[in-house]
Amino acid sequence: MRIIGLLIVIAFGSLLRYGVFFFPEWGDPASPPSLHVSPHYIEEAITETAVPNLVTAVLADYRGYDTMFETTVIFAAGLACFMLLRVLQRQVPECRLYRHIPTGITLRIEKGGKLPTESGSFERIDSNWVPHDLIIKSTSRFITPFLQIFALYVIAHGHHSPGGGFQGGVILGAAVIMYAISYDLRRSIQRIGEQATAVLGSSGVLIYAGTGALCMVLGAAFLDYGALAGLLGVDPVMARSHGILIVEIGVGIAVSAVMVWIYYNLSSAGRHDEGL
Amino acid sequence: MIWELDFIILTLVIFSGIAAITVQDLLSAAILFGAYSFMMCLLWAIMGAVDVAFTEATVGAGVSTVFFVAAVFHTTRNSKD
Repeated sequence: MRIIGLLIVIAFGSLLRYGVFFFPEWGDPASPPSLHVSPHYIEEAITETAVPNLVTAVLADYRGYDTMFETTVIFAAGLACFMLLRVLQRQVPECRLYRHIPTGITLRIEKGGKLPTESGSFERIDSNWVPHDLIIKSTSRFITPFLQIFALYVIAHGHHSPGGGFQGGVILGAAVIMYAISYDLRRSIQRIGEQATAVLGSSGVLIYAGTGALCMVLGAAFLDYGALAGLLGVDPVMARSHGILIVEIGVGIAVSAVMVWIYYNLSSAGRHDEGL
Repeated sequence: MIWELDFIILTLVIFSGIAAITVQDLLSAAILFGAYSFMMCLLWAIMGAVDVAFTEATVGAGVSTVFFVAAVFHTTRNSKD
């Protein structure tokens, strides 16, 4: 069976390698994709959309429809993780561990035992990660604000430099994930709950689709941001640039919320109690 | 495009890709997959596709490695059957 599999893999691999011979050279100006649409984007994008970064102009304006459904795919991935993994009935764990903060003594409370009152001197700890981790906590506390500011910069500055909604959104989500890893999952869920991630994820997609629909209401084609010129009070070329920014913000909100949502479900196996 | 640099990174891409699917331990496979993504990110950057390199670095090498490790965390070392 392994030999048959190997033969099939070799056959398909050599077929693919054979197909690669017919590809144009890397960066060949006479290749078909460089002849029809690319020259238009390269020559006209700056005058049509006022966006210096070509990739952002193509991604969010010329090919805006693609990007809208990419965002929808990411939201659907978060929804699929929720549907497959989330355990909705509340289960009481076998035992719980509490740490008495002033002395560092760990309490182990079996099922049915009396839990310590919610005071400042006890903190609940995960059953598989017991030691104090002061260095990790302090480092994550120090890095998080810089990470979040960098994420907002990446989203807002996507017009001029590499970046945009997807990358910035992932960095913003990673800041929350880092908080959840360095402290614990329950504390992170207290700050940004599951409902908040779901609502933010869907509202990000809604901002994108709503911008497109607003363009339709104003009499232009779907996602033709030039129609927003009257609302934003700028000329149609600048309106396309601003429309891209609105859409990128929607993508950033959706992606960051969905990353956190997937992490919550994946790391705690859907129980949202004890996680990585 | 520097020929030697390109060659070294491509070799590392192939080796980490093969290692990620042949290694027995799932945690090592997750980390090797992160290394693979990072090498791919360097390749995109060499080819001038900086936006794609940025996406590969954040999504491929960053968050998806965390997701893999979080999933591996819930497996046991030996299979039950």
